[in-house]
Amino acid sequence: MSDTAVEALSLNAITKRFGELTANDAVSLSVNVGEVVALLGENGAGKTTLMNILFGQYTADSGTVRVFGDTLPPGNSRAALDAGVGMVHQHFTLADNLTVQENITLGVQSLLNPSLGHAAAKARIAALSEKFHLAVAPDARVGTLSVGERQRVEILKALYRDVRILILDEPTAVLTPQETDNLFATLRLAIAEGLSIIFISHKLHEVMAIADRVVVLRHGKMAGAANTKDTDQNALAAMMMGSEASPPEVSPAKPGPPLLALRDVTTPDVGSVPGLKSVSLALKAGQIVGLAGVSGNGQTAMADVVAGLLNPTDGDVEMGHETVKKWSPRIAVESGIARIPEDRHKTGTIADFDLVENAILERYKSPDFSKGGWLNWRKSRAFADGIIEKYDVRCPGSSTPIRLLSGGNMQKLILGRVLEAGPQIILANQPVRGLDIGAVHYVHSQLLAARDRGAAVLLISEDLDEVMALSDVIHVIADGRLSPEFKRGEMTPAQLGLWMAGQGFESDTAHAS
Amino acid sequence: MRLEPINNPTLARKLVPPALALASTVVIASLLAMVAGANPFSVIGLILKGAFGSKFAILETLNRATPLIFTGLAVAVAFRAKFWNIGAEAQLYAGALVTVLLGTGFLPWSSFAILPLIIVASIIVGAVVLLVPALLKTRFGVDEVVTTLLFNFIFLLFISMLLEGVLKDPMGMGWPKSARLIPEARLPRIVEGLRLHWGFGLAILSAVGIWIIQTRSTLGYEMRAVGLNKEAAAFAGIPVNVVIVKTALLSGGLAALAGFSEVAGLKGSLTLDLSPGFGYTGIIVAMLALLNPLAVVVAALFVAGIFVGADSMSRAADVPTYLADIMLATALLLMVLAIMLTRFRVVRD
Repeated sequence: MSDTAVEALSLNAITKRFGELTANDAVSLSVNVGEVVALLGENGAGKTTLMNILFGQYTADSGTVRVFGDTLPPGNSRAALDAGVGMVHQHFTLADNLTVQENITLGVQSLLNPSLGHAAAKARIAALSEKFHLAVAPDARVGTLSVGERQRVEILKALYRDVRILILDEPTAVLTPQETDNLFATLRLAIAEGLSIIFISHKLHEVMAIADRVVVLRHGKMAGAANTKDTDQNALAAMMMGSEASPPEVSPAKPGPPLLALRDVTTPDVGSVPGLKSVSLALKAGQIVGLAGVSGNGQTAMADVVAGLLNPTDGDVEMGHETVKKWSPRIAVESGIARIPEDRHKTGTIADFDLVENAILERYKSPDFSKGGWLNWRKSRAFADGIIEKYDVRCPGSSTPIRLLSGGNMQKLILGRVLEAGPQIILANQPVRGLDIGAVHYVHSQLLAARDRGAAVLLISEDLDEVMALSDVIHVIADGRLSPEFKRGEMTPAQLGLWMAGQGFESDTAHAS
Repeated sequence: MRLEPINNPTLARKLVPPALALASTVVIASLLAMVAGANPFSVIGLILKGAFGSKFAILETLNRATPLIFTGLAVAVAFRAKFWNIGAEAQLYAGALVTVLLGTGFLPWSSFAILPLIIVASIIVGAVVLLVPALLKTRFGVDEVVTTLLFNFIFLLFISMLLEGVLKDPMGMGWPKSARLIPEARLPRIVEGLRLHWGFGLAILSAVGIWIIQTRSTLGYEMRAVGLNKEAAAFAGIPVNVVIVKTALLSGGLAALAGFSEVAGLKGSLTLDLSPGFGYTGIIVAMLALLNPLAVVVAALFVAGIFVGADSMSRAADVPTYLADIMLATALLLMVLAIMLTRFRVVRD
């Protein structure tokens, strides 16, 4: 940046404590006009807290927020918006049943006469959309749009409000590599217009590609700051992870016979989310199968079929060499499938249940934990205490409600719950989403250990790096269709990206219709 | 201003807001009594005296609490699994109906067999009455709040039809009233000479039984899991719809016992004013008890005490009995607020 840089936003020595936890410890961050600053850090590093303080959701214990030189009053959620700061959240805040234009103008058009200025708004959206290369159909209902299109609507919504500072929270998590490139092109146009951007991410190569400067957070503290032209990915990774362990070594797989297979499985679409379209997949002993793909392309249906939640409308599930006749979550558990669900808060655990009650959630009916309809709390508690000990679940004790645990510790309890029985088949759906780097490595090493003792693992992840690092075999899923099998190292991320975008499936179009 | 959850509330935090709610209820009731022309400072004393001031008063309160314990348990069990049974009134009348059908003498049972038979039959019929809304919910997604609520009216009109027709007591001088139970079908008194029947004992037993089921049995575990997080319960392999149906059966059976106990223990025959809204008051009882089956007993005694005490107070101070309803409503609203304050603190930005 030039010497005449004008400061757009600055957060000065922000500190925020929640009881024992210091979520932000004297964190400072500033953005100049026309600059992209990346806020880098694992989930739980304090990025969200910092943004919540900026937007007045939390009041900082100390520190100030300044926008174009004016200090914002703390705890006022309108102040930042009024000062021209806009945010595109990771989970979009759009109304599905309204059109693109209605979503964009919501809250800024006249309440008494919503059609007032309709044509002008439309023209303005068209102009912005052309200027920033954000192609959208203003009259389309948001519910019918793809994830990439919705993100464009979110960005337009911010631009329509004349934001001067745009904050993007993990914007690429839901995009294909190609869509990411388009997003970056848009961001460069925005900078040229004099906007300032804060780009929140944990993907190093993206940060290097788009940001001018990087601020790295680790455990709520500033772990470092650098200009991207003076640093590299390795240096940033070191800042982000600190001295923590490196990723686990992966030994070559020794695949055995298939333990679970899907044969031409088809499931119904759910709204705009496609179901599976005649998918065949074999999970072999001693092998990790990775399922890569952009969110919402049939991963949920795949996970639900394997977990027993969903019965195929067509095709078979086979275990060993037998076709499964009756299929339910309980049968899946009893057949020895370890299931790590995508959402550990909503489906994996019951927040108000304590660790004991959560530990036996899948197996409370087994003779280990109950007899004749009466629970054996002594054995159940012993089981939970065993998991806490063996899987290093940090908690005040097994009678703690699980909602008080961090995501990583919650996931360790789930891991213990499903792995204690020595399962032969493991379904790991987004197993490390939202975990800190230490927990990520722990989960990965557990999955690899299970593979090495002969378990068949299905790893479903939206993080291509994770899939490529762990999987012995990769399939890409796009629009409910499954790509052929790719061996480890056979494909580059860019090649997989093409498959993720739906290219290469032409020969299968007969199935799709 | 906003609310921040408290993860580990202190004992004071758990006790002070409910105590304040109770005190505020007393103040509001006293002010209302003053508006009605009574001495505000004597009102609470008169209520307490009317509810607990004599042996007669205490027995009256326990009798009044009995059906409330049953309906309170019925609601607590159902709400725990997030099955919103608003129809305890209908299930209560179902139990009462079974009691007069089997207990008015057209079956020659010995006294030893007839009471257990009536109890079991009441439970089954009460359960079946709630089975319909439960199946409509699990099969077709019909909202049980609507169905159970409307069932109350349907069932009450059905009883009315029977009492004006086939069940009408020929000796009843034209009143819509059933024949009286034979002596063998009446619940005996707990202590001879005191006006307290074994329905109260059965209610206490039921409360303890439900508490044991909720804390020790797999069914109780399933019901709590389904109530707290249906999605996680289904993922873990708990058959959510089966659990909801089982919950409904248990809830309906408990509410039916209220009707049985009122007819067999107190009234001796079935009339349309058997229940002054015990089914609905059961919701208040269950909420005050935070759905805890043992606390339901305490809450039912509290509510019954207000009713009995306010009755007596209104006679003594010459104010309308509606004061009891107002006190209950105030107590409930303030208690709901107090319960929230035990779990959240108000933070001012």
